[in-house]
Amino acid sequence: METVISQTGNASVFKEKANKILGVNLQDAKISKSYLSVAFIALLIGGTLGLLQGLNRAGLLELPSWLNYYQVLTAHGLLLVVVFSATFTIGYFYAGMSHTLGGLLPKVRTMVWIGFWLKIIGVVLVVIPVLMNKASVMYTFYPPMAADPMFYFGLVFVVLGVWMACFGGFIQVANWRKNHKGQHLPIFSFFATGVFVLLVGATAFVAVEVIFMIIPWSLGWVDTINVMVARTLFWAFGHTAVNIWYLTAVSAWYVIVPKVIGGKRWSDLLTRIVVIALVIMNITGGFHHQIVDPGISESVKYMHVFMSLAIGFPSLMTAYAMFAVFEKTARKQGGKGLIGWYKKMPWSDVRFLAPFIAMLAFIPAGAGGIAQTTNQLDQVVHNSMWIVGHFHLTLGMSVAMTFFGISYWLVPYLSKRVLTKGMNQFGVVTTVIWTIGMITMSGAMHTVGLFGSPRRTSYTTYFDNATALSWDPYLIFLAIGGTLLMIAAIMQVYAVFNLMFFAPKGETEFPIAEVEDGEAKTPYWTERWGVWIILMIIVVAMAYVIPLTDFIVNAPPGSPPFKTW
Amino acid sequence: MHRSEKIWLTLSFGMIMAFMIFAGYQAFALEMGPPSHGERIDPQKVDQTAPFDQPGIKQIGENEYEVVMTLQVFSFTPSDIEVPAGSTVHFTLTSKDVVHGFQVAGTNINAMVMPGYVQKITQKFDKAGEYLVLCNEYCGAGHQLMGTTITVK
Repeated sequence: METVISQTGNASVFKEKANKILGVNLQDAKISKSYLSVAFIALLIGGTLGLLQGLNRAGLLELPSWLNYYQVLTAHGLLLVVVFSATFTIGYFYAGMSHTLGGLLPKVRTMVWIGFWLKIIGVVLVVIPVLMNKASVMYTFYPPMAADPMFYFGLVFVVLGVWMACFGGFIQVANWRKNHKGQHLPIFSFFATGVFVLLVGATAFVAVEVIFMIIPWSLGWVDTINVMVARTLFWAFGHTAVNIWYLTAVSAWYVIVPKVIGGKRWSDLLTRIVVIALVIMNITGGFHHQIVDPGISESVKYMHVFMSLAIGFPSLMTAYAMFAVFEKTARKQGGKGLIGWYKKMPWSDVRFLAPFIAMLAFIPAGAGGIAQTTNQLDQVVHNSMWIVGHFHLTLGMSVAMTFFGISYWLVPYLSKRVLTKGMNQFGVVTTVIWTIGMITMSGAMHTVGLFGSPRRTSYTTYFDNATALSWDPYLIFLAIGGTLLMIAAIMQVYAVFNLMFFAPKGETEFPIAEVEDGEAKTPYWTERWGVWIILMIIVVAMAYVIPLTDFIVNAPPGSPPFKTW
Repeated sequence: MHRSEKIWLTLSFGMIMAFMIFAGYQAFALEMGPPSHGERIDPQKVDQTAPFDQPGIKQIGENEYEVVMTLQVFSFTPSDIEVPAGSTVHFTLTSKDVVHGFQVAGTNINAMVMPGYVQKITQKFDKAGEYLVLCNEYCGAGHQLMGTTITVK
């Protein structure tokens, strides 16, 4: 379905074919290379800050007063959860849209460049007050903690930048559909559309929170803020954001990895259903961050257990699909036995190994997620180190390792270079170090979290309390894991820039797998994006109208701003 | 769809439903739902509002105590609580400033304490010992010092 064989012979089809033959469009490649460069610089800085935290938490390093633990943590979270992930996602999907939709339209190119600079301005505006210790409010910036207004203006610019990229994507897709009536959007761009729809949906909530509630309040135009409304709007964004990065990784699992291993991709229809399901059900999942909040009735919380758990279903579909593709491919290549076929997998190919380990990590990560969304189990681990362990499995392994694996073909593809055997080996070693580091750190975090050690807390013994002291042996592993991760992060960033500027010249393929021969044609209803968006809005309304109305109508007197750091 | 996939997806669906049913059974039949108290309070007038005008611990029945507690940067009022073993303690909590968390290590006490809201949570302390109480939501520069103890004798 990716190779559009059209009889019309119009210009766009010609461009698509030219793209296939001549490789990447250089103007489009520049966009993706810029985004990826920012992503991996953010990884390097964010990773370094992460190491500082790990060392502090293990009791090995006291951070200076001009760069304290909470500044470091705020910057670490924002750089990795927002900057690294968002810029990688946009760079990756734009490369794929350019490849599968026949090159970007000039106006789309302009939009995504404007988006790029808006984000850069935004990040600078966010980082300055954080460095000045005027915005140690974490990734979540819960009111009534109030940062310097510049911090919030920076966030607005970041969101505007993301919107430019999303709407550029919509224009690109709409244009393709207009010229290819009755055809299915190529699967890669189908994923891109889903991701951009969710990005707009999720950031709309945080935009309302920041623009209409926090900024007027932090500037002193209004005296107080409704803390529960702000918190609820934040989580409609905050959790969806991480699920979007996960959906980005999933796109590579379905579309790219099968091609890398020499197989065909999973059922086109089921793949599209997974995307649609994740788009419709995602935003409401954020509510499980509020399971132990006051002011929300138990019946509303119970309804949300279902809403959050439902997201698990498409992931379980994915789990089956991935292993089915692996087994089928391996057997075709001569793999034998009930599980003996695994020997035929290309274990020494980093483009497969990294995303494969990423998928494996999602098994415990997803199971942990299901536990956390269940009311009583969440109460045991809420705000403990367990949670930190959880999202280092989901984001630090499932998402980041998939992104790393992508970089070994995407960067050479964009820079018209090739992945050498040596660099592939280097990537395999990086992958192994990262895996060991993340398992060490995340395993210790999960364990010590169950004992009660809190997240987002610098090293403390709570006045030599015996319980707190008993956590120390586990916290040491945060420093060990963090050190390994730092080594792997430096190697990974080196690999990206080597592949971008120094690797041998040549052509690298954009690996998009084909559907199985003789697969039934996917019905056209999967393309009804209008319907999916309306369903998404209905689900969001079911989830949020009742609690938000209650918070607004029965609001307590609001809170003035506090600076408590 | 392959038969093994149908089995897998049926099991997946069944597992999700099982989680739903258990969560619902525990919440509504066993009354083990998460802390969800709905009362509102003026966060700037906590000290003048009953019961927080008199924070402290009081016995309300045989082996039953009520702790009325305010959370503020970076302390709990009252702190260093003592109760006899086997007592059931009802905590009534609110925040005087930013968002805090109320967690007692080694128990299932874990609740968000928001300014403007009264939060309630109950726990029976059977085993004697010293329990660590800590704030588990980042609340500022001294967040790591926001801890106290409950001693069960």
